[in-house]
Amino acid sequence: MIVIVDCGMGNLRSVQKGFERVGHAAAITDRPEDVDRADRVVLPGVGAFGDAMVNLKTAGLVEPLIHSISSGRPFLGICVGLQLLFTESSEMGRHRGFGVLPGSVRRFPHGVRVPQIGWNQIRIHKQTPLLAGIPDDAFFYFVHSYYVDAEVETDRVATTDYALDYTSIAGRGATYGIQFHPEKSQDLGLRILKNFAERVC
Amino acid sequence: MLAKRIIPCLDVKNGRNVRGVKFSADRDAGDPVELARRYDEEGADELVFYDITASAEKRDIVSGLVRQVSEQVFIPFTVGGGVRTFDDICTIIEGGAEKASINSAAVRSPELITRGAARFGAQAIVGSIDAVRRGDPAGNPVWEVMIDGGRTPTGRDALAWAMELVDRGAGELVLNSIDADGTREGYDVELNRAVAEQVDVPIVASGGSGGPEHMYQVLQEGKASAALAASIFHYRHYSIPQVKSYLASRGVCVRPRVRVDL
Repeated sequence: MIVIVDCGMGNLRSVQKGFERVGHAAAITDRPEDVDRADRVVLPGVGAFGDAMVNLKTAGLVEPLIHSISSGRPFLGICVGLQLLFTESSEMGRHRGFGVLPGSVRRFPHGVRVPQIGWNQIRIHKQTPLLAGIPDDAFFYFVHSYYVDAEVETDRVATTDYALDYTSIAGRGATYGIQFHPEKSQDLGLRILKNFAERVC
Repeated sequence: MLAKRIIPCLDVKNGRNVRGVKFSADRDAGDPVELARRYDEEGADELVFYDITASAEKRDIVSGLVRQVSEQVFIPFTVGGGVRTFDDICTIIEGGAEKASINSAAVRSPELITRGAARFGAQAIVGSIDAVRRGDPAGNPVWEVMIDGGRTPTGRDALAWAMELVDRGAGELVLNSIDADGTREGYDVELNRAVAEQVDVPIVASGGSGGPEHMYQVLQEGKASAALAASIFHYRHYSIPQVKSYLASRGVCVRPRVRVDL
């Protein structure tokens, strides 16, 4: 069962519809016991990192999510959901994330328009089941002001160029985070959701 | 690199398209969801829906439209038109749209922008500005902000208002030139450039497109990040692939339409 975790922020129904479109049911929940029972967990999020962490803590979801990730069950973080995997973020104060992947979350520097809004390309650094059928330089829809700086090179599945080359897809084992919105990236995005449902283990 | 965005803009009244020609016997030119699907197929980067319904049922009609579009089309879309209250913003964003576009109401109640951005994030709040070109005594271009569908002058400077919208939390601005709108003679390139040079958020150009060359001008010289167009697409003067092909041939980064087995 695919579970989409509600952290109080984000377009959950679009993600659910995206999975449905590629033939997979997904349930939206904010209950820790549903995360414990899930085969695959998706954590979408839009908005501020700090707010997301507060909401997840209040709902008692942080421990179950970290436990699910550590036990090797497939996990897909989207947008803020990617950022939460890391050690900390400097968005609106300093906030700690799950700390599953070492690295930090920073604001784009001056010199580019912020937020980055629109379609940008991924440069794939390592082949993974999540990217089956996705070509290098494929465009996906990004909307964010903060980016991930992943410390460990092998965690950087793909990077994107905007002011600098930043990690747009992070991954280790069955744990993935993507900065862009697959549910808003048309066929290529839907293919990523399909891959997550069918190939990641 | 980040592509420039081409965005069809649909005017919807009582849940039906206001503009558009029937494009084939079995497809309904009046159905905004149908048109959204067609533009999505053609490679639109986003969609904008302006709801110009003026009725008590408006909120239900908007939320119905938002739900249907978000269930069938997997690209981002913005809803605007008569967004007056915080509840209107919630209806739009919680219903599944990426962004709510706020125009006259922001001038009257600028705290709407602040509140909307605090709740949903700056990226969900678009400041929409209707601007009329005036001259100053030295002949330099200045633009005045108009509200209520471009009918009511405010006496406010569009550049200053643009900066205030961004300070309050708008993550993107749409600049609609009243003078250029509907003329098909080109966008107001100077307006876009002037604002783009004052703020650090993406600027979406609106009003005046007659074809791909105009889009090129406003995206290049005008420094816009995206271009909205309505008539040229709704009346099929040009297709989205034609526009993108032209832009690509002139060195503009655009997203190609890719089909994938699902």
